[in-house]
Amino acid sequence: MTPQITAFCHIKKNQVFLNGKSIFSAGPEVDMREFVKAAFRNTGTKYPKFFKMDDYSKLGFLAAEVLMKEVDVSTIEAKSTGIVLSNNHSTLTTDQLFQESIQSDESFFPSPSVFVYTLPNIMAGEIAIRHHFTGENAFFVSSAFDPDWHTFYINQLFDSKKISACLSGWVEMDDQSLDAFVYFVEKGNDLRNESMLHTVEELNNLYKINDK
Amino acid sequence: MEALIEKLKEQIIKQLNLEDITPADINEEDSLFGEGLGLDSIDALELIVLLEKEYGIRIENPKDGQKIFFSIKTMAEFIQEHQKK
Repeated sequence: MTPQITAFCHIKKNQVFLNGKSIFSAGPEVDMREFVKAAFRNTGTKYPKFFKMDDYSKLGFLAAEVLMKEVDVSTIEAKSTGIVLSNNHSTLTTDQLFQESIQSDESFFPSPSVFVYTLPNIMAGEIAIRHHFTGENAFFVSSAFDPDWHTFYINQLFDSKKISACLSGWVEMDDQSLDAFVYFVEKGNDLRNESMLHTVEELNNLYKINDK
Repeated sequence: MEALIEKLKEQIIKQLNLEDITPADINEEDSLFGEGLGLDSIDALELIVLLEKEYGIRIENPKDGQKIFFSIKTMAEFIQEHQKK
């Protein structure tokens, strides 16, 4: 049985979409980093640690937060729920920020709180801590969102019984734009949205569904 | 001392990204870690950097950190004492 996508969230161009519907937005004049913070406040979640995260982790964490409000957590096993994420820039923006803090001998003040976010899988860790997921996790770097790889890798994890559910997706950000597409995959007999199979075609379709 | 405490509150809020917290929310005698402001180990390292960057004070013995960073007040006292030297 092919695993199924039971919820998906897309954040881009100062809009948050949940299952294809816009649930929060801000005008183009709003700085994208401020937008992410405003969107997080809009979820109603009290989690002060969010504001200490780097920009990548904030974005991924926000997308996961929105997504998980749509998932029936009583039906999933957190200890076998995996996290598989990917992006293009890894943590380049944060790496540069850290580099700036150690660039000059006269002003050499490496920031510990910036340094801890100079690995992309920290984002997965933050999401895992928040939702108590302790299943398999991985972070991949590719030039663009790669549905072939995501379906291959995740479906294989299901087949080998390494996971019973998975939060997956693409969380990309640079100085100019952001793009977070995360989705939840489950395997079972009585899932909602049965038409959304975890296939390359469906992922391609869902990733582009709000482009129109 | 009063001015230093207020300045420290602002610097800590900025340095540790304590959004949604204002200087008025912080009691100078409340503990910074645990139940007070709820700071963590990474925040502790940031406070060490803050002391060095903003006040030129280096903590030579890490064991002193627990006393120095107990509260905003203990931090301010430590700064005042070491800046006089």
